Amino acid sequence: MMRYSAFSVFLQGLTGNKGWASAWGSPTPKSHYDVIIVGGGGHGLSTAYYLAKTFGFRNVAVLEKGYVGSGNVGRNTTIIRSNYLLPGNNPFYELSLKLWEGLEQDFNFNAMVSQRGVLNLYHSDGQRDDYARRGNAMRLHGVDAELLDREQVRKMVPFMDFDNARFPIQGGLLQRRGGTVRHDAVAWGYARGAASRGVDVIQHCEVTGIKRDGYRVIGVETSRGFIGCDKLALATAGNSSVVADLAGIRLPIESHVLQAFVSEGLKPFIDTVVTFGVGHFYISQSDKGGLVFGGDIDGYNSYAQRGNLAMVEHVAEAGVSMIPALARVRTLRSWGGIMDMSMDGSPIIDRTHLDNLYLNAGWCYGGFKATPASGYCFAHLIARNEPQETARAFRLDRFERGYAIDERGAGPMPNLH
Amino acid sequence: MASLITCPHCGRRPTQEFTIRSDASLKRPAPDASQADWHDYVFLRPNPRGRHSEHWHHSAGCRRWLVVERDTVTHEVYGVRDVVSDLAGGAR
Ligand SMILES: Cc1cc2nc3c(=O)[nH]c(=O)nc-3n(C[C@H](O)[C@H](O)[C@H](O)COP(=O)(O)OP(=O)(O)OC[C@H]3O[C@@H](n4cnc5c(N)ncnc54)[C@H](O)[C@@H]3O)c2cc1C
Ligand SMILES: [Zn+2]
Repeated sequence: MMRYSAFSVFLQGLTGNKGWASAWGSPTPKSHYDVIIVGGGGHGLSTAYYLAKTFGFRNVAVLEKGYVGSGNVGRNTTIIRSNYLLPGNNPFYELSLKLWEGLEQDFNFNAMVSQRGVLNLYHSDGQRDDYARRGNAMRLHGVDAELLDREQVRKMVPFMDFDNARFPIQGGLLQRRGGTVRHDAVAWGYARGAASRGVDVIQHCEVTGIKRDGYRVIGVETSRGFIGCDKLALATAGNSSVVADLAGIRLPIESHVLQAFVSEGLKPFIDTVVTFGVGHFYISQSDKGGLVFGGDIDGYNSYAQRGNLAMVEHVAEAGVSMIPALARVRTLRSWGGIMDMSMDGSPIIDRTHLDNLYLNAGWCYGGFKATPASGYCFAHLIARNEPQETARAFRLDRFERGYAIDERGAGPMPNLH
Repeated sequence: MASLITCPHCGRRPTQEFTIRSDASLKRPAPDASQADWHDYVFLRPNPRGRHSEHWHHSAGCRRWLVVERDTVTHEVYGVRDVVSDLAGGAR
């Protein structure tokens, strides 16, 4: 593999940029792999990367029905953080944040990891207590958290409507190590890193059937023919129920559409990530200058990667309530992605009732930040047949056993995150 | 998502008047059913890609519970009926 560096950019510049090799090839599927990963999103690709790099697997394929980055990994609003309350979640997301901190050196790709902070605003005494509790839980886990009062928040983001009648801004919970990462680059970096270690990244290859012999999977039917495997790993995010159904598994998941928006390019305006308490609204600014913002899921089952105008209006209203100046900003684009909404808002990284079938699903709104740890822990599970320490709670049967990981304490609803 | 839904009682109304609850194909188990049956009912979802039936409440209209059959990919609506029609011997 060609190493990327300032020197290589300089050298290529001198020779007309004609020497760049493609970052990954387009291999024809082999007849058999040790591990097949279904889904070439962030999680499938990072799983392949760590399987090859950390666990020494060589004969691995990632099967992607579209192209790399066509799913949620290229549709999200790029926020990373580890500000979780519960013991089942926090160490996992903190592992992910630590992996983000070293990722670019590790896979030799500029993913524009930017630890610009994530600030959750609070609007009432009750919410402040709630955030104080979350911040304390984070600190007990060794994670950074600061509770800011109104004046501290005003210093960071002065142009918000602090005296909003319904949602006055009283302060916020800040995680400085949180921030944003360029999502496409994450998919590309992992794809390139996996391919360079012998993984076949096979695009335009849809899995249409799972073939088994009793309780063992022997391979998959695909749009490019049958491919055999020793182990099969599913990482298909919004399509998890459809793919799991091929193995006769019914999941605690519903698929919903989540929209996101980007404005015209502006001069530097907001240098952190802020979330607002009107249901859900959050905003940051990309390096190109566009404001990137979003809200809640539309609220109905959907496999269509587009949303409804009612949510567009709601998000716009929320944004203008928080930052009145947004009223003068024009929105450039909006799009939707299909979220695998689990019944407690937490993910699943587990084995299944079939001996050699592994499942990675249920990421809700928050799977981008989990990409490195999800891949690492899933690879660990596939390689060793044992969960990685921080992912022990993400069991498929936890609902049955009464161990749901319900961050919001809201009961079984597929609208949590 | 279709922007107009035909309520059997109120006629064609904007989607925003309705509140979508969830899958109408799930059958509530008997109170003394097994743990496993209750687990399936509360937590598991068929989550089909394609035809799906849902409970919708016409919350800003007649406030009746309806069953809407629609497609989760194309968003085409196949039919809307009052939940009563699904009950044993249901009229309407
Ligand atoms: C609008 C929006 C905003 C978001 N914002 C954030 C955020 O700020 N922070 C955050 O942490 N998370 C965020 N998320 C969530 C995050 O993007 C997802 O949880 C995460 O990307 C899911 O994992 P993935 O990357 O592997 O998914 P995907 O990229 O969707 O990968 C799954 C892949 O599986 C493929 N596939 C499906 N079926 C098959 C099949 N039968 N055969 C072969 N391939 C198949 C799909 O084509 C797809 O490429 C957001 C999501 C959306 C939609
Ligand atoms: Zn009505």
